[in-house]
Amino acid sequence: MKLKNKELKKKLLQQLPLILLFISVLNNFDFNYLELKYFSFNFSYILIFYFSLKRSYSLGYTYIFIAGLFNDVVNGSPIGMSSLMYLFLCGVAAYLRVITLRTSLFKDWMTFIGAILVLNSLSFIIVNLFFGFEISFINQIVNIFFTSLLYLLFSSFINLFMSNLDVR
Amino acid sequence: METSRNDFVIAIRSAFLKKQNQQRFSLLGLITFSLLILTLGGFNFKPINYLELLIKEIAYRSSFIVSIPEKFIKENYHTAQDHINLYNINEKNELELKDLRAKDLLNNFIVLENERLKWIVEDYLFESDKIYAKVLSDKNSPFLKSIIINKGSKHGINLGAVVKDKEYLIGKIVEVNYTTSRILLLSDINSKIPVLIEPQGLLSILSGTGDKDGVIQYSKVENIIEDKSIVYTSGAGGLFKAGIPVGKVIKNSTANLNGKVDFFSDFSQLKFIEVLFFEKKASK
Repeated sequence: MKLKNKELKKKLLQQLPLILLFISVLNNFDFNYLELKYFSFNFSYILIFYFSLKRSYSLGYTYIFIAGLFNDVVNGSPIGMSSLMYLFLCGVAAYLRVITLRTSLFKDWMTFIGAILVLNSLSFIIVNLFFGFEISFINQIVNIFFTSLLYLLFSSFINLFMSNLDVR
Repeated sequence: METSRNDFVIAIRSAFLKKQNQQRFSLLGLITFSLLILTLGGFNFKPINYLELLIKEIAYRSSFIVSIPEKFIKENYHTAQDHINLYNINEKNELELKDLRAKDLLNNFIVLENERLKWIVEDYLFESDKIYAKVLSDKNSPFLKSIIINKGSKHGINLGAVVKDKEYLIGKIVEVNYTTSRILLLSDINSKIPVLIEPQGLLSILSGTGDKDGVIQYSKVENIIEDKSIVYTSGAGGLFKAGIPVGKVIKNSTANLNGKVDFFSDFSQLKFIEVLFFEKKASK
């Protein structure tokens, strides 16, 4: 019985990134209830980049693709848009993983900033030029700024949490 | 140079084409699929719309469940914030209350002055106790616009008593039985009541049309009533107290130059009504 519980716990912890991803996608986990005008961040980007880079076995690409579809429906953006962005981010993380021999948080962070700058520009172009939606520049910049800043915090926290649990 | 280019290609190939453990699709395959969905969605391709509908059904219900803990936090956060701001809110409310009390005193003075002046010209009407009644049936025949209520002479209802729906006039009692009464609605073609049209200050007669609205009759000069003028009872004849709101003039009808009157109350939605009558106080 004790062994079964331990296995269940282990399985649950293995699925934790996926659960977190779907929660963040369905709930728009961004502390919007604080009603801060200039504060927003994209938790999904942080989560996807971190787990694709450090623990690629935790999040499957198919699940990320599905999460993107859900995110589009919840946010009202063109369907397929978030999936595309998430998968590009996975691609960047996978490329970085392949070429890196010695990991460093600073390098990861710089790559993440570069990736989200490109992705947000790309999403802006697609949404604005092809679908005719209006997006506020200020909100976009604020989102990029806090997402990149919070990557450091969240990656350190997840690193600490996962290494303590030693989930594999 | 050649080696570095080869390394780059190998890295890209490994990142985008190689399937990870337990992965069914490669990254490139899924990116292509996303692009396809995005493009077809942009052209309103039907299967994509159905897919979107399906995802919406799942996502909205899941989103409701997933957001329960956040809602709980949000509510508690707002409760805590309300508690913190309680002192400031109370101070603001007290100031507002002070202001409203001052305005109320002024209002009371105007009402009393009006009462005194009406008393002088012997035009003051007293309102009886209200009798609340339930609508038993509404006769919506094209010939008779009336409703039956569950109160009659047993409950003190008299012929000609005024009937209101909240603050709005809806008609008068035309038939009194022991436990029931009939109300002739303002929309009935036989209903004629003296009215005052504001802001023009015109005195006239409002007649029902047998439909849902009424018309202004017998005004000396036609086409001077403005659109959206408000129709009140004039109090002429002593049956109705002056100033009970009746309806609003809508001037889109070509048949009548004075337009039609859209009643404030919806006669088809009446459930409970107030019956009351006014009497002139004997002069001192």
